[in-house]
Amino acid sequence: AALKGGLRFQVSAALKEGRVTPTELCQRCLSLIKSTKFLNAYITVAEETALKQAEESETRYRRGQPLGVLDGIPIAVKDNFNTAGIETTCASNMLKGYISPYNATVVQKLLDQGAVLLGKTNLDEFAMGSGSTDGVFGPVRNPWSYSRQYREKSVPKSRSEDEESNWVITGGSSGGSAAAVSSFTCFAALGSDTGGSTRNPAAHCGVVGLKPTYGLISRHGLIPLVNSMDVPGILTRCVDDAAVVLGSLAGHDPKDSTTIQDNFKPFELPNLTDVSKLSIGIPKEYHAPGLSSEILALWSKAADLFKNAGAKVVEVSLPHTRYSIVCYHVLCTAEVASNMARFDGLEYGHRSDMNKSTESMYAATRREGFNDVVRGRILSGNYFLLKQNYENYFIKAQKVRRLIANDFVKVFGSGVDILLTPTTLSDAVPYMEFIKEDNRTRSAQDDILTQAANMAGLPAINVPTGLSERGLPVGLQFIGQSFQEKQLLTVAKWFEKQVKFPMIQLEVKRHDHSAFQHQKPAFFS
Amino acid sequence: AAARGCGGVWRRAWQRGAGGPAPVPRGQRAVACNARGGAVPAGKSGLAPWVPVVGLEIHAQISSNSKLFSGSQVQFAAAPNSLVSFFDASLPGTLPVLNRRCVEAAVMTGLALNCSINKRSLFDRKHYFYADLPAGYQITQQRVPIAVNGSLSYSLCIDNKMSQMVTKTVRIKQIQLEQDSGKSLHDDTRNQTLVDLNRAGVGLMEVVMEPDMCCGEEAAAAVRELQLILQTLGSSQAVMAAGQLRVDANVSVHHPGEHYGVRTEVKNINSLRFLAKAVDYEIQRQIEELENGGTILNETRAFDSKLGCTVPMRDKEGKQDYRFMPEPNLPPLILYDAKSLPANMNHQQVVNIDWIHERLPDLPSVKRAKLVERYGILPEHGFTLLNEDGLTEFFENVVKQTQMKPKKVIGWILNDLLSYLKQHSLTVKESPVSSFLLADLLNLLEKKEISSTAAKQVLAELWKGEGKTPFEIVKEKKLELIDQKELEQICQVVIDGQENEVIMMVLG
Repeated sequence: AALKGGLRFQVSAALKEGRVTPTELCQRCLSLIKSTKFLNAYITVAEETALKQAEESETRYRRGQPLGVLDGIPIAVKDNFNTAGIETTCASNMLKGYISPYNATVVQKLLDQGAVLLGKTNLDEFAMGSGSTDGVFGPVRNPWSYSRQYREKSVPKSRSEDEESNWVITGGSSGGSAAAVSSFTCFAALGSDTGGSTRNPAAHCGVVGLKPTYGLISRHGLIPLVNSMDVPGILTRCVDDAAVVLGSLAGHDPKDSTTIQDNFKPFELPNLTDVSKLSIGIPKEYHAPGLSSEILALWSKAADLFKNAGAKVVEVSLPHTRYSIVCYHVLCTAEVASNMARFDGLEYGHRSDMNKSTESMYAATRREGFNDVVRGRILSGNYFLLKQNYENYFIKAQKVRRLIANDFVKVFGSGVDILLTPTTLSDAVPYMEFIKEDNRTRSAQDDILTQAANMAGLPAINVPTGLSERGLPVGLQFIGQSFQEKQLLTVAKWFEKQVKFPMIQLEVKRHDHSAFQHQKPAFFS
Repeated sequence: AAARGCGGVWRRAWQRGAGGPAPVPRGQRAVACNARGGAVPAGKSGLAPWVPVVGLEIHAQISSNSKLFSGSQVQFAAAPNSLVSFFDASLPGTLPVLNRRCVEAAVMTGLALNCSINKRSLFDRKHYFYADLPAGYQITQQRVPIAVNGSLSYSLCIDNKMSQMVTKTVRIKQIQLEQDSGKSLHDDTRNQTLVDLNRAGVGLMEVVMEPDMCCGEEAAAAVRELQLILQTLGSSQAVMAAGQLRVDANVSVHHPGEHYGVRTEVKNINSLRFLAKAVDYEIQRQIEELENGGTILNETRAFDSKLGCTVPMRDKEGKQDYRFMPEPNLPPLILYDAKSLPANMNHQQVVNIDWIHERLPDLPSVKRAKLVERYGILPEHGFTLLNEDGLTEFFENVVKQTQMKPKKVIGWILNDLLSYLKQHSLTVKESPVSSFLLADLLNLLEKKEISSTAAKQVLAELWKGEGKTPFEIVKEKKLELIDQKELEQICQVVIDGQENEVIMMVLG
């Protein structure tokens, strides 16, 4: 039972009371990881070090000196955060086998608080994508594809079809982390969020996905996509847990000059009883083309929920949001072109056998190391940065970015506390359908509702809200004001309580075909 | 414009070969720069005169314990790749953290060069692939550098006579903070390139001098003055041989009244002497090229110190587009002054321009003026004293320990001490004769115990460094001056002993 509970109240208490030991908890998670291997959520499972960490945690509990709420808690980390001694691949041939000599600040902070690092989760190569389908280790499968809810509503209709074609994507690029939390293999996971990469898979996998304010959490050790937008993301089962993890990670890091100078005070979330003083903004531009009718319905139901509880709900306008995709494309690819320049095969990572000249070695290394998506972005980014194009593209995109950010400033300045929007246009689509479109088209469509928060550096959170007609999770997004995470999470928690999102009824039967065929079919509910 | 630059006009200073293609030995003849600022008289050829224009880009390695954006130590000639942090090797996920000391050094240098200090400056990425540039880009200050619009006054002598000096000014366009690259060592026989990243990420100040100079001598004099300033400030050790001061020269020539010509950039200059040579060679090469009907390419050339000429750099062929981009991992660099300094700011975390200004040491020009005033020496003596590391201190120590007038002491320092040291390639600190010994010797001279000729003899003995004092040498060699009476007595004794001869002489 503890395995499925929230962090703050259930698991931590169980550990403290000795109802479960960190080692038992770790072993349960490790065996679950094995039995859900077909989800492809993990790239690396660090069994040995995890068990060692659990043992150390157990010693602390036995002495009655646990380090805090996170002590002994199994967690997973997206494979674009550096972890000392554990492979960090970014799901790319370029970094396959790369073992970093240092821990990302966020990883170090989790370890310092006793968390048990189970492994590294799957993603799109270098976090470029919105499906978790474009990594060198293959796509991540959404655990909800194997839920009773999905099977009952969707699968009977397509019984004749090959079952393989029915599984749905997790969204991305932090799909591995979202799937890991969703399938109970860990209690919390780190993702990264540049254009929605934490919130999008959180919505598709029915978990909480928090993108904190830019600068609140250190990026040191996060392999960058877009430095000016990247934020470490937090994926948990409930809003309270997100607050716990946030509290353990936030604050100034001398190794990241873009973090806030002030120290961050961890907080507990109050149980909101009165929302009447709250002003919720509904940005009309988020009624975007392609928004599914059921999500639209859910969105207005949520707005009514606030209205009925006494909150002020107002329609607001963020007029420049529609330019966000184009603007993001320029800024993102430009930074990608720059950030990827270091992968030349000299100091680390893949190096081609080509040795005719240094230049030919560079070219071959980068051709062999990066997939088409990464190479495409490098190419367009370099184009935008050319002397003759810089003014017309990069500078303009920066100006548009400022306009997008100013839209939010104006809206929040008008008295709105928090914005309520959908997180995704629809529920998760089957993999076979998803790959019909290329990565660029998909990313452009899928990031549309999440990206503006990155442009403006604002905190935003996905809260699982309900199930679609197909039995798949749908989430809504709350966008808060800079560094007002406490307010944002408090409202999210209130909302979470109202909607009572159902727990996944995971059925792991025939899908357990790869490594553990001998095992009895497991049913976790 | 007349106030700066020499405004001098050059002519081809050699005879062309008899129409044949045989190359004229370039750079052999010293190119006379007209430092007075007047026009050079028309040469024999009668061709239109040329105006050379020289601008400089100087990279000064900041003297600091650690690198510009990482905690790695800075040390010359350490074991290869022993001073490399994760950031220096550009490991994925690492971020730059600005070193405060480097910022202070740049502010100090900017103030000393009369620049306006930008209270808000920015960092940019400059992209190019090179083996010793691990990140694929260099962090620099392209858009808004830390200091702009300064000037540097320097002096040089005319016609090689120390007694005739002119002072000139070169405008400083900007000073920017940037990272140094690593070093590539090419092993051609094994077809390998070895990379040493010890230098990668060391802080540099790039000082950009406007094209206000017109010959190698001016360029060298300006750089020498800058070098002295940097060393006085301690912002850079500025030793060219150690690569702590690297000079690239931009050179072009044009006819008076016309637009500036196409310029070339000359790199690989590692001493002041070579700077003067390289610039003069390049000016002559361009004049010759143009007079032969050729064109000047906008290219990078390397100075070959063995051959004394410049040659095109092969790996710099083709135009590079550096694809500049703002560095997203560093917030704008904000500097404060007494007025703008917020009260609640931790003083350890801010750089206060006024605070630095108040603590600037005397710059070389002030030091020279003070020496001239205090000791009554000539202005050019001030230059010589400052030009040699430790010479001023040596001079002042001698003056303190002797009754001889400074005006006289300076002669001994400059003529005897300095020429001896130069002859033996010694620095002042390596001098076998200490200031104490020299003062001792000068005191003997001043008390008229020895003659000036004898003093030179004693000094010659002292150079041997045998540990004898001047007094001991004087005694040993019996070099004492003798007074009149004693001399008369000696003469009397001689005369008394040689009576016959005396009589013979008197009789004629």
